Amino acid sequence: MNAPIPAAAIAANERAGRRAEVVAALSDALPAHALLWQREDTVPYECDGLTAYRQQPLVVALPETETQVAAVLRECHRLNVPVVARGAGTGLSGGALPHALGVTLSLAKFNRILKIDVAARTATVQCGVRNLAISEAAAPHGLYYAPDPSSQIACTIGGNVAENSGGVHCLKYGLTLHNVMRVRGFTVSGEAVEFGSEALDCAGLDLMSILVGSEGMLAVTTEVTVKLVPKPIVARCIMASFSDVRHAGDAVAAVIAAGIIPAGLEMMDKPMTAAVEDFVHAGYDLDAVAILLCESDGTPDEVAEEIGRMEAVLKASGATRMSVSENEAQRLKFWSGRKNAFPATGRLSPDYMCMDSTIPRKRLADILLAIQEMEKKYGLRCANVFHAGDGNLHPLIMFDANDADQLHRCELFGADILETSVHMGGTVSGEHGVGIEKLSAMCVQFAPEEREQMMAIKRAFDPKELLNPGKVIPSLARCAEYGKMHVRRGLLPFADIPRF
Amino acid sequence: MTTTIANDPALQVLIDRVHSARAAGAQLCIRGGGTKEFYGEIPQGEVLDTRVLEGTSSYEPTELVVTTRCGTLLAELEATLAKEGQYLPFEPPHFGDPEVDARTRGATVGGMIAAGLSGPSRAAVGSVRDHVLGATLLNGKGEVMTFGGQVMKNVAGYDVSRLLAGSMGTLGVILEVSMKVLPMAPATLTLRMEMDEKRAIAQLNAWGGQPLPLNASAWWDGNLILRLRGALAAVQAARTLIGGQVVEPQFASPFWTGIRDHTDEFFTSAHAAVAGGAALWRLSVPSTAPPLGLSGELLIEWGGAQRWLCTAMPAGAVRDATARAGGHATLFASRDKTPGAFAPLQSPLDRIHRELKKAFDPAGIFNPGRLYPDL
Repeated sequence: MNAPIPAAAIAANERAGRRAEVVAALSDALPAHALLWQREDTVPYECDGLTAYRQQPLVVALPETETQVAAVLRECHRLNVPVVARGAGTGLSGGALPHALGVTLSLAKFNRILKIDVAARTATVQCGVRNLAISEAAAPHGLYYAPDPSSQIACTIGGNVAENSGGVHCLKYGLTLHNVMRVRGFTVSGEAVEFGSEALDCAGLDLMSILVGSEGMLAVTTEVTVKLVPKPIVARCIMASFSDVRHAGDAVAAVIAAGIIPAGLEMMDKPMTAAVEDFVHAGYDLDAVAILLCESDGTPDEVAEEIGRMEAVLKASGATRMSVSENEAQRLKFWSGRKNAFPATGRLSPDYMCMDSTIPRKRLADILLAIQEMEKKYGLRCANVFHAGDGNLHPLIMFDANDADQLHRCELFGADILETSVHMGGTVSGEHGVGIEKLSAMCVQFAPEEREQMMAIKRAFDPKELLNPGKVIPSLARCAEYGKMHVRRGLLPFADIPRF
Repeated sequence: MTTTIANDPALQVLIDRVHSARAAGAQLCIRGGGTKEFYGEIPQGEVLDTRVLEGTSSYEPTELVVTTRCGTLLAELEATLAKEGQYLPFEPPHFGDPEVDARTRGATVGGMIAAGLSGPSRAAVGSVRDHVLGATLLNGKGEVMTFGGQVMKNVAGYDVSRLLAGSMGTLGVILEVSMKVLPMAPATLTLRMEMDEKRAIAQLNAWGGQPLPLNASAWWDGNLILRLRGALAAVQAARTLIGGQVVEPQFASPFWTGIRDHTDEFFTSAHAAVAGGAALWRLSVPSTAPPLGLSGELLIEWGGAQRWLCTAMPAGAVRDATARAGGHATLFASRDKTPGAFAPLQSPLDRIHRELKKAFDPAGIFNPGRLYPDL
């Protein structure tokens, strides 16, 4: 129900004509090898990490310099061609899904670390630098870049800025927004623009707030200055088992109530634990209904003191088994399962859809129990990993994309989780973005005037609506259609027709 | 406890004011306690008093989230949090008459967000903006809209709520805001040492690169004052490493409050100088920027990243020197506002600002000219 317009639906001759026009215009702006339009060359760009939806781009541009980025944008702006910026393509909500009549602007070649300023604790990097590469470059100085999405070995900082990516340490160290100081990029018409600065604030409105997380709809990022933080001397992790979901959920609230801000606080349910244990052999408790990973970092004395307090709280909350990492190797082993939750699920099922919503922490057990009911309702399995400290859920719904009915039930299952999250006081996306996947869910969370206000913000940056059009903000027509379908409580009429 | 502003009769009063202003082509000056009236460009328009909409809508300590209405006194919010052992980590200032107790000076939550000012701990813990989780806004069309939420992670749509921090009321009336709060740290310790400006800046940045619980810093007149805050073990270890003399809590606590609220000796003298025709500048620069060499009295905070300068130098000279250092200079307090309160914007940012203003407030009702004269 969130699927894009199939390229086939657009008249083939219209598309071919448009392509010739765009290729001709961009040929002057780019070297020949940086411009792809043959189907076999553009196929790798047909989707991002949300593989359920695919679209052939009209043209793929792979600029190597900022001058080329500016030129591509200028030409596309002149010809009214949509532009979809793309980093590593690891996004999970289809934010980089191509536009059938648009240019996919791959920034993969912007992969240089420009400066690590040790005294100022900042790194200035090109947008295509991988998240983990920043921390690796900073490591010799005892510094690192804090946000650590699960895809950090592959995802780029430009994509992190677009999605306001999180990770497992957000409660203590913040999101991408809290760790980015300056973004350099280009407006839709190819003008150079800089948001933020190397100071802690800048004059005027805080445009960084809306730029970060805008999913490539306001500007194209080419260079980012991030904050680096000192690596804690030591980190230790508690792995605690619970025999009851409610006890585990209450334990999360109890840790916070005790005045502790863990460096990380994660939860996995039983199916997830079984899947990852089979994959990484970390020694997870397979009998537990839920497992919590609770981490403390700081000086050795500080960590020892905090681990003691955490253990007492978890025990009082009903933990049935607890182990504390004794060294760094063991700590990483505890985390290995959590960090490999997605690939481990990939082994269990031909396909899975990773959902991403946030709820108030106190509703963790409620949503987990609700999801268990939904598994029966939609006849699909679901494994759950939660950034419990942030109340951010990642249910992984398992299905077979070759079975149209399974894909359809998976979409309904996902929509049900998102709507339940909104009704529990939460939000339809915690860190993966809206992209194309959650357009309909946005109709549930936001009223028409709120969505129109977001569109007005987009137009303030991009009056012709050419940057990643059709993402994030659903049209009124789409929401009206979704609302009508909604009345049928999940029984979609004419499920095979495209919906925009 | 949870209550919703939709049922608050004061909400309709505010909406009606916007509609009638729009119909009459009038302009509104959004005002809470008025403690920051001196800040930014000169306020214009009929006063819209936000204090009619007040109270805490919801507060659950285990969620680390509080939702408060615009007219709630900042001091009252802080007292509510303190009862649960929590606080606003970014230490928003309470300006106003220093002779009056801070709790009755009257700064409101709406004003705290609109001005976007953070206190001594900002470099260590983040800004007001960083702690905003959601907001309800009354825009220039009289529409009530909610963005963000009451959860830590939220990327559904553009993050409009954080954009409101520091917007000086130009985008709309901030009706209600949800903030992330934190438990108070178990230990706090203040240290003092003698050091010149150049060495203090270098030393603060060197410490910043180490895992130390450095929470606030202030350098003035050859003295560097540091506040450590965190777990007891971490504070004790840092004290040994850093050295210096311990400042007893009965002196340390009022010192930091004085820095926060601009009631300490440096700011008291600065205010007197401003009355005599000088200007108080807030220079926001990269923390590693070397001494700028501007004449006047200087106080450095935020590990080197915020420098207060009281001077009679021409505005252009101050702004140029700050820009060369990679920062911007705000004319924080001055009798003469002709140089502009905030550093001028370059294209395309100036155009984006004007378009955003139109997107929220097409008729230009709210706080006209308060951020920039033509905005």
